[in-house]
Amino acid sequence: MTAKKLIERLADAKRDSDYQGLIDAVPYAKYLGLTAAMIDGELVTTMRYSDHLIGNPALPALHGGTLGALLESAAIFELLWRAETIVLPKTITLTVDYLRSGAAVDTHAHSVVTRHGRRVANVRMEAWQADRKTPVATAHAIFLVMRS
Amino acid sequence: MLRSRQSMSDDAADRLKMIRGFSDGVPHNRALGMKILEMGNAQALFELPYDEKLVGNPDTGVIHGGAITALLDGASGAAVFAALTDLVPIATLDLRIDYLRPAEVGRSVMARANCYRIGRNVAFTRAVAYHDDPANPIAHSVGTFMVSTKLGTVTS
Repeated sequence: MTAKKLIERLADAKRDSDYQGLIDAVPYAKYLGLTAAMIDGELVTTMRYSDHLIGNPALPALHGGTLGALLESAAIFELLWRAETIVLPKTITLTVDYLRSGAAVDTHAHSVVTRHGRRVANVRMEAWQADRKTPVATAHAIFLVMRS
Repeated sequence: MLRSRQSMSDDAADRLKMIRGFSDGVPHNRALGMKILEMGNAQALFELPYDEKLVGNPDTGVIHGGAITALLDGASGAAVFAALTDLVPIATLDLRIDYLRPAEVGRSVMARANCYRIGRNVAFTRAVAYHDDPANPIAHSVGTFMVSTKLGTVTS
């Protein structure tokens, strides 16, 4: 028996509204402890707190790279979720604004696709912890969304 | 002669201490398996060995862009520390990463970062991620960092 291709696993997850299935198909997303859920019609990606995510133990604060990875992953899940046909988005560029230190708690992220063209999609992302009104980081990214 | 040799070895010891602090003192750098090969003179060279847990696409085995983000963020922050005259806290303001081509499966990714300007408040960095030739990069980044941030500013 051959393992299902990523694209097929993603298509299965989408058909079954299995948000977590999107994440479990990607080893790095599992390693970061990502979970996904539909909350009030929004796809929210959560990075569950774990000690290995810390960048500065003195504060303590999350590593900036983990926040960047959460935001990039949230954007990819949003694109996979909203797209009519599944293609694997390829990141062209990602810009993260770090607004405050990420505390040692769970972090949530939501994305909005600002434009989806034939070749390129533009996405804005936001990450927050206890209070959604005070985000820890915002980001925007551009993805190549062509079928290869 | 003896004095200058003494101060040189003190410098080297300080540098080693800083490098060790960065590799052992940053849990996420250690968790990803990052190695610090060089740090000094406003530059840092990091290595991220290939690991299956970093894979973004299990069909191809190519590592996730997020792991490259963590590597470039880590190396850029280290370059700022390597440019400081006094050891003060810093915080990333922003980081832009351009992904130029996928990393090759099974190979380490290197990141060389340079803090090309540092002021009293803000430091500016450039970095490239590559396999063995910086002129053939996998990703390129520019970043800005706040210098001398207050400790204990976690708000949430």
